[in-house]
Amino acid sequence: MKNENLYKYILGIADNSLILGQRLGELTGHGPSLETDIACTNISLDLFGQVRSYYQYAAKIAGDNRTEDDIAMLRKEREYVNVLLVEQPNTDFAYTMARQFLFDVYHFLFLTELQKSKDLTLSAIANKSIKEVSYHLRFSTDWIKRLGDGTEVSHQKMQEAIDGLWTYTDELFHQTEADIAMVSDGIGVDVTKLKEAYYNKVNAVLEESTLQIPESKWFQKGGKKGIHTEHLGYLLSDLQYMQRAYPNMEW
Amino acid sequence: MSDKKNWPLWEIFVRSKNGLEHRHCGSLHAADEDMALENARDVYTRRSEGVSIWVVESKNITASNPENNGEMFEPAHDKVYRHPTFYDLPDEVKHM
Repeated sequence: MKNENLYKYILGIADNSLILGQRLGELTGHGPSLETDIACTNISLDLFGQVRSYYQYAAKIAGDNRTEDDIAMLRKEREYVNVLLVEQPNTDFAYTMARQFLFDVYHFLFLTELQKSKDLTLSAIANKSIKEVSYHLRFSTDWIKRLGDGTEVSHQKMQEAIDGLWTYTDELFHQTEADIAMVSDGIGVDVTKLKEAYYNKVNAVLEESTLQIPESKWFQKGGKKGIHTEHLGYLLSDLQYMQRAYPNMEW
Repeated sequence: MSDKKNWPLWEIFVRSKNGLEHRHCGSLHAADEDMALENARDVYTRRSEGVSIWVVESKNITASNPENNGEMFEPAHDKVYRHPTFYDLPDEVKHM
């Protein structure tokens, strides 16, 4: 493939949104209230919309007969390069919102920079997506504060969720080979430069929510290289079931 | 939140475009006014139905009692002269 780094770079962005979108989609009909159910699935649909733009572009770059659906539905687990954070399960609503918040802060900073990309398709997707992501961030920030600074039980559950997910945050700022190549071409975002702003923002919201930042300095990684937690396989079997059972089906 | 099990009910009003009035479009549950606005955004404007949202907690609305409909509304039924239908309009005036 001629533009292999660009292709891989796009998947690195899009896979995060695909997997997080699928996780949120699992809440369809299962949200804690009708209103939050609709809110979570709205966010899911925003993410899937963004994902389609990325995969369509990636399919065009691949140049063979690959389609957006092939890329989304027919890769194997090790070929997905999403960060470990987004594949973590909807353990409870506190986990769902903590995962969302920890990703949204990153996503917002990332898209802000991607808008400046020399690649006009990527900057256009970023430009369109950032309004949606601003709302996601507002929504998840709100819930961190409500539950963190809520009742004794909600505080405890939110603290547990933050403690449980904190270990997956550092990976957001790891660079892949495709990242490095794209940054030097002026196309990609240097994620290492987002780290400080990310932790400042997260710290500020957690403090306001009376939540503690975990002391642990041990961070998990691997998703960007295709080495995932045990949760991704189950998610993919749901996601890919229809295409695997009825190849090439359409509706 | 006094009742931790059930969030209070809110009435939602959406303005579909600038220049039109806010119209009642339904109700939903939320813990406070901020959450009511966000919930209303997701429940009632996801298909581009609105440019502005008002939320009012349902308990703050004073409603007429259907039992009093007789005295409240029936006296108006036989007063057709209150409609502006007794004028001869010139043909040039349209859309009346």
